[in-house]
Amino acid sequence: MKLMYDFFTGQLGLGAAGANITVAAVMAVIMFTVMALCAIILTWMERKVAGFMQSRYGPMYTGRFHGWAQAVADMLKILGKEDIIPAEADKGLFKFAPILVLLGSLLAWAAIPWAPDFVAADFDLGLFYIFAVSSLVVIGILMAGWASNNKWSLYGAARGAAQMISYEIPLALAVVPVVMRAGSLNPQDIVIAQQGGIWHWNINPITNPFLFIAFFMYFIASIAETNRGPFDMPETESELVAGYHTEYTGMRFAFFFLAEYANLFLVSMIAALVFLGGWWAPFPGMGWIPPALNFIIKGVLLVFLNMWVRWTLPRVRVDQLMHLCWKVMIPVSLLCVVGAGVWMMAWGQLK
Amino acid sequence: MIRDLVFVLLALLTVVPAFWVVFSRNIVHAGFALLFTLVGVAGFYGFLGADFLAVTQLMVYVGGVLVLVLFTVMMTHVPAVGRRRHGLDRLVPPAVFAAAVFGVLYKVITVVKWNVGEASTSPTTAEIGTQLMTNYVFPFEYVSIVLLAAMVGAAILIRERSHAGSDDAIAEEKQEARP
Repeated sequence: MKLMYDFFTGQLGLGAAGANITVAAVMAVIMFTVMALCAIILTWMERKVAGFMQSRYGPMYTGRFHGWAQAVADMLKILGKEDIIPAEADKGLFKFAPILVLLGSLLAWAAIPWAPDFVAADFDLGLFYIFAVSSLVVIGILMAGWASNNKWSLYGAARGAAQMISYEIPLALAVVPVVMRAGSLNPQDIVIAQQGGIWHWNINPITNPFLFIAFFMYFIASIAETNRGPFDMPETESELVAGYHTEYTGMRFAFFFLAEYANLFLVSMIAALVFLGGWWAPFPGMGWIPPALNFIIKGVLLVFLNMWVRWTLPRVRVDQLMHLCWKVMIPVSLLCVVGAGVWMMAWGQLK
Repeated sequence: MIRDLVFVLLALLTVVPAFWVVFSRNIVHAGFALLFTLVGVAGFYGFLGADFLAVTQLMVYVGGVLVLVLFTVMMTHVPAVGRRRHGLDRLVPPAVFAAAVFGVLYKVITVVKWNVGEASTSPTTAEIGTQLMTNYVFPFEYVSIVLLAAMVGAAILIRERSHAGSDDAIAEEKQEARP
């Protein structure tokens, strides 16, 4: 960011305000492009992983090599579809909801540090901010469900919102021990605190076993937070058709789709930078790998884990979902916070 | 210049949807309009250099309170437009109340000597944390006890309703009521 800023002020002779705005605009364009690309790649990946888990091939024809162009073809198909708005729908809210859902995840993407000093919005509260803006997604889902004027959509939206605001609690609590350890809410500081190979990552159970437990709490909560299987209650196709986006077609549907994969990658990236050392290479001799590549590989591996879980485990019931959140995960996460604090005091790891 | 522009934009973002909240005929629309007002207020906090407060505003009001408000509103029956009452009894008490609130707020804003200065750009989180754990630890703990009491109260209210009616629950209550 500093480099880009200097380039705009030095080489192009822009003023401070102008350079700041230009940097922000460039970063916004980069982030949006990466997000759209990642949604396309992850769609293909999801189909291939699903095929692999179920002993079949998945897409094989489009683009010759393992159907790599299937996702591109799907995107083109979606762009060409008719935009249908139900006659009884609340038109304004119906149109606005997909934008809000996408906005929620895009805003959160802004605070992700991809490499040292390469982050769209570098500020002290990064991690807290990410969890806060994610709540826009909940509002967008409620809006979509209500505006569709469809019972399935409304049920899906109500389930989605209830699930997301419940699982936000263990999700945020699981990150708290890491914040305590790094002494900062800035994602960059949290990554920098884990410098020096795999033994220094926060997930290492020997340095602090409570952080190890917190990682699994975070991972389970993040699956529920992205509304994916086995916690895909808002979309249960056997009972709710498709949940809150039942009535959406074409581009508006694509927005929900994009947001789902953007969120999936977002929660995986947060896990990577909070628990798995962000952009640091796992072993000392691997310094030649570009930091951003390290980070993306970790994110994609976590996405793979997420897909693995989705295509392996059967869906839970609504009451089981709530039981798991309120009676198991929240107490365990709270225990992690207290335990991690005591552990750090006992071994003198506090900053 | 840019600061003024940002201020005006934030003010519009806060005030225009606020009017919508009050005047909308559709209670769900009113709820959704509240989103913009709350985000606008968060923007003001950020604009004034209170970054922690801004993000907390988003987290608590948009992520929590607004979702609950929307839930409540969506579950209630929306009366058909046209069957509304427009009598004076519906107009006068709110108007009087609104005028009173406006008067008090106006008085407060004009009477208090505000400490006007440049908004600080330094991060506030660490300082807030230190203050909460040292100078303000008693109010902090006090608030948490109040919230805990509210939570327990809410849990008890829900439990009683789900039990109510069943003979066992009534018998249990009688048993407990006996000294």
